[in-house]
Amino acid sequence: MGTHMVILGSGTAGTMTANRLQRTYDERDFRITVVDQDDDHVYQPGLLFVPFGLAQPHHLVRSRPQQLNTVVDYKQARIERVDLNGRTVYLGGGIRVSYDVLVVATGARLLPEETEGLTGPGWGENVFTFYDLPGAVGLRHALERFDGGRVVVDVADLPLKCPVAPLEFAFLADWYFQQRGIRDKVQLAYATPLDAAFTKPVAAKALGGLLADKGIELVTEFTLGEVDGPGGRLASYDEREVPFDLAVVVPLHGGAEYVGRSEGLGDELDFVPVDPHTLQHPEHPEVFAIGDASGLPASKAGSVAHFEGEVLVHNIGRFLAGQPLDASFDGHANCFVETGFHKALLIDFNYDTEPLPGHFPGPLGLPLLKESHANHLGKLAFEWLYWHSLLPGRELPGIGSAMPERGKRRAHA
Amino acid sequence: MPTATYDGTPVPVDDEGFFTDPGRWTEPMAEQIAKELGIDTLTDRHWTVIRFMRIQYVEKGTGPTVRVLGKTSGVSVKELYQLFPKGPAKTAAKIAGIPKPRGCI
Ligand SMILES: Cc1cc2nc3c(=O)[nH]c(=O)nc-3n(C[C@H](O)[C@H](O)[C@H](O)COP(=O)(O)OP(=O)(O)OC[C@H]3O[C@@H](n4cnc5c(N)ncnc54)[C@H](O)[C@@H]3O)c2cc1C
Repeated sequence: MGTHMVILGSGTAGTMTANRLQRTYDERDFRITVVDQDDDHVYQPGLLFVPFGLAQPHHLVRSRPQQLNTVVDYKQARIERVDLNGRTVYLGGGIRVSYDVLVVATGARLLPEETEGLTGPGWGENVFTFYDLPGAVGLRHALERFDGGRVVVDVADLPLKCPVAPLEFAFLADWYFQQRGIRDKVQLAYATPLDAAFTKPVAAKALGGLLADKGIELVTEFTLGEVDGPGGRLASYDEREVPFDLAVVVPLHGGAEYVGRSEGLGDELDFVPVDPHTLQHPEHPEVFAIGDASGLPASKAGSVAHFEGEVLVHNIGRFLAGQPLDASFDGHANCFVETGFHKALLIDFNYDTEPLPGHFPGPLGLPLLKESHANHLGKLAFEWLYWHSLLPGRELPGIGSAMPERGKRRAHA
Repeated sequence: MPTATYDGTPVPVDDEGFFTDPGRWTEPMAEQIAKELGIDTLTDRHWTVIRFMRIQYVEKGTGPTVRVLGKTSGVSVKELYQLFPKGPAKTAAKIAGIPKPRGCI
């Protein structure tokens, strides 16, 4: 029967991994089972556009098993717990699945109830998140009704998936209110726990500059402690307050709940600690984690899951052959940042190199850290690529796992 | 590399004043660092956090973030901010004589 590989989660990372494994290895040697709790694969990058009426919710959702190679066994069930010593996964309905290799790809979970008041009065009325589909749809209606006042975009704390999405939301809000001719009646603010608009200095300067150009107030080192919907204020733990008429909050993130119930699998926040270069669990060599579920110091983004996937699939083969793993994942991330008015900028970085200006993937490619229409088209084209190329586990020509150095401009001291 | 003098002993620190060699730290130094950071007396609750920071550093190679501290140290995030008003993760790391936590930027 060969080796049984079990992949937990059939979102971006799990689906890609299953299809890639199937493409890479001979199916006579392998059996692949993928588990997910529902049948709605949401194209999450599209959630950004829903509140502004730029994407239709039902266009973002497709059936999960239909994204999987037909020989992959898809089980729809809730994962209850993993017994690492017994190499068994316990699913809802009393089902047990044993594995030879386990890939954890159950992503990140939103934890709005962990912030005082966030899901209290006002939630779904003047306090929203666009990080899930119902939230994005609710926000769309709220924006349609909004005809003036203070809109605050707030990131509760790190880590969060797609760290640029809240910034993109702020940029698009500026564009949206201008289109409606009421920008002068709207104050926009962006609150972040970071000490600048973004993590690394060069990108923080470029993105912070865009906020200033668009008249969006920046509130830094603001770690969200409490939300008061009826009173219209956000309070930080160090007791500063930001008033709002409409709050768009990115809630705390944690790993999947079952990770916490599985002894030895996860960390304090239920993310799975793995070697940052090989993606292997430190104590259980037959366990790997990929995508948002991992506790790596890399961005939680679909692009990162894609780059990780190349290394992961290669390393599973090496592990099974008893060979040393390739420690080649470099933390590569690549994100289009939508800035409104049919423009976007692009950032490309890894564990050691911050987003730098220049061109991607080489000197003749798309401009980095600079707004352009080409990047906006790139962002839009990504949806097609996602369903037809990334999920099926195909490689993108010219774009590999390792971050390209060519085309990047480093400041000279 | 810069040095700072605590309890009469010079110790190497980074540009922001975090210890680069946690082995050089002693408990009496903590009181002095805390005073420099505007915390007049270190209570038992402060010490709970400081000792926890050092243990985490030894185990994980970096100090925890505020969120992780709130989950695991036995001191809630709210109380952490009362104890260390100017950012618990960074302030407590400095007082505990460990390098700047990697998670906080
Ligand atoms: C608003 C927004 C915009 C974004 N924009 C971009 C972008 O432009 N570019 C980019 O690269 N990334 C973007 N991302 C991030 C990207 O969507 C995620 O990083 C990516 O989906 C991660 O893939 P994953 O497989 O790790 O997790 P997911 O895709 O979230 O999949 C996790 C899966 O695990 C399943 N699961 C969890 N727990 C259980 C359980 N107990 N039992 C059974 N199943 C379970 C879930 O149902 C889910 O299907 C964006 C995200 C958001 C929210």
